[in-house]
Amino acid sequence: MSIALHRNARMLAARALLIVLLAGFLAIHPRGVSTGVLTAWSNQGVALAFVAVGQTIVVLSRGIDLSIGAIMALTNCTASVLVQGSPAEVAFGVAAVILCGAACGAANGLIVVKARIQPIVATLATGAVFSGLALLVQPTPGGSVDETLSDLLTGDIAGVPASLLLLAGLVGLVWGPVRAARLGRGMLAVGSAEGAAYMSGLPIDRAKIAAYVLAGVFAAFGGLFLGFQTLSGDPAIGGSYTLNSVAAVVLGGTSLMGGAGSVAGTIAGALILRTIGSLMFFAGVNPMAQPLLEGAVLLAAVALGAIRLLKIRNRLEMFR
Amino acid sequence: MNARSSPFARALVRDGPTRALVLVLAALLLVGGAVYNQFFSPTYLLQQLQSGAFLGIVAIGAMIVILTGHIDLSVPWTLSAAATFSTAFTALAGGAPWGEFGVLVGLAIGAGIGLVNGIGVAYLRIPSMIWTLAVNIVVLGICVFYAGLYASGSRPSAMMSVLGGGRSFGVIPNALLVWLVLSGGVVLLMRRTLMGRYLYAVGTREGAAYLSGIETRRVIAGAFVISGLCSATAGMLLAGYANQAYQNMGDPYLLPGIAAVVLGGTSILGGRGSYAGTVAGVLLITLITSMLSVMQIAEAYKQIAYGAVILAMVGYYSRRSATPG
Repeated sequence: MSIALHRNARMLAARALLIVLLAGFLAIHPRGVSTGVLTAWSNQGVALAFVAVGQTIVVLSRGIDLSIGAIMALTNCTASVLVQGSPAEVAFGVAAVILCGAACGAANGLIVVKARIQPIVATLATGAVFSGLALLVQPTPGGSVDETLSDLLTGDIAGVPASLLLLAGLVGLVWGPVRAARLGRGMLAVGSAEGAAYMSGLPIDRAKIAAYVLAGVFAAFGGLFLGFQTLSGDPAIGGSYTLNSVAAVVLGGTSLMGGAGSVAGTIAGALILRTIGSLMFFAGVNPMAQPLLEGAVLLAAVALGAIRLLKIRNRLEMFR
Repeated sequence: MNARSSPFARALVRDGPTRALVLVLAALLLVGGAVYNQFFSPTYLLQQLQSGAFLGIVAIGAMIVILTGHIDLSVPWTLSAAATFSTAFTALAGGAPWGEFGVLVGLAIGAGIGLVNGIGVAYLRIPSMIWTLAVNIVVLGICVFYAGLYASGSRPSAMMSVLGGGRSFGVIPNALLVWLVLSGGVVLLMRRTLMGRYLYAVGTREGAAYLSGIETRRVIAGAFVISGLCSATAGMLLAGYANQAYQNMGDPYLLPGIAAVVLGGTSILGGRGSYAGTVAGVLLITLITSMLSVMQIAEAYKQIAYGAVILAMVGYYSRRSATPG
């Protein structure tokens, strides 16, 4: 019990913080606790949560995907062109958008594994390529997305926000089986000790490539959901989502050194980031002071990582 | 190879990233010259160096930090904050001579942000990628908050205008001269001082450097302070060049700065890299950007070309270092 508590301390802290923030948000919201308020809150956070889940999978395997926001922008723009028309066309469009995200992720994975370029440099470069492609698909914010599907996914089902169900469902359906399989264990093993994973005969190359592909797929979910939310595509959204996804991963307790962390923590982290914004809006904080407060909260949360220094007995452990 | 020959000449001859980059640069210049007759005119080339100087100064700081195995993502708002507050100070003076001290305010802000970065990364041991990112957001917040409270002037002081946008003898951009002076300084730092050696030692293996008696935390913090000073200098020069400080002025410098360093053959893991390579990287990025503009290529294709060049060059380096011999 105490081991489980110790290992999940950061993740549990993230959940506790989220519950406190959400309670505060609902308490000061002029309309109080209602399905509408909860649905709006959830819709605001889910796109970032999808992208951050993708980032977590890559970070767990000791990589980083700085192109994830660009993939999201590209898939968002693709969605604004393809996800419309007859139901068959919409279904085809959704599949095409997800495939597009997977292809971007596969390109990242192959470049990192086969060309042996450091993930941070490789994804920086592919990110530029993907944003260029997004601009080709949709030079300015615009396009349109099927409204029936949008209403369905951004509304509520029996009082529960549909977007939350969608998030839980897709994470469970896509990441769940992978996590339980050899491939998923390979990802975590590569993240915690690549040499040992290699010696144990785990498929490390395949695990790394698969992690980037999954990141691309989740970025595509994020891009699609943003499309349903805004009913359009915007090629310029990438940058902020990349940075916020890394922030959500860290807030959720996943180590940037790989091998330890959880997708559930990241989802809490992403929702925390979005809740802080809404909380300040309804608390009547001067809008000009909002970025400063958001930054200060993020800085404080990140600085909590320094607590581990107190436990260090041998100073050499510091350098790992 | 004569060990006494100048470092730059040796870097040119030695097989490696810098030579590959210089060859690509030469090829680009030849292609550009063949297609456009204006290409080799001094006016055009000096104009490129003028805009390349800002990136070059940012890249100095980026390289020093990357050599230690870290990364500074706070460049955009360090640059903007230095420009914003130095010009605001100048406006406060209302034309009095003490307005020129705005430059010192800008440098102090750069050094201060660098110190905060350094304390978080070196002493609190928080991964630089996330700490400098958070610091960047906080500085952004401070700038936005300040802009909301006070409507301050954003005109540069006389010195910033002269150094950023002026030209010596009517031809040579002063920003280029500033870049040259700072380049001389950083080459001296890296080749002639203990700090320079320590940067490489810390980047190669911090634990070993620590056991050899190097105060590694101070070295890392120092690297971030240098980076902050470089960003601040670039920001004030840019304000002088554009004749104003503006929001988001630093955004176009973060990724190109890192790209220039990496294109120049510096390892993103730290411990390896040469300044000559970084200069070549800055020139390559500046030249590609300007050639694509001359050819009136759409922004979309520019981004794609930009990413493709980084992938091709870095992929080429890693192939070379992977093959034995």
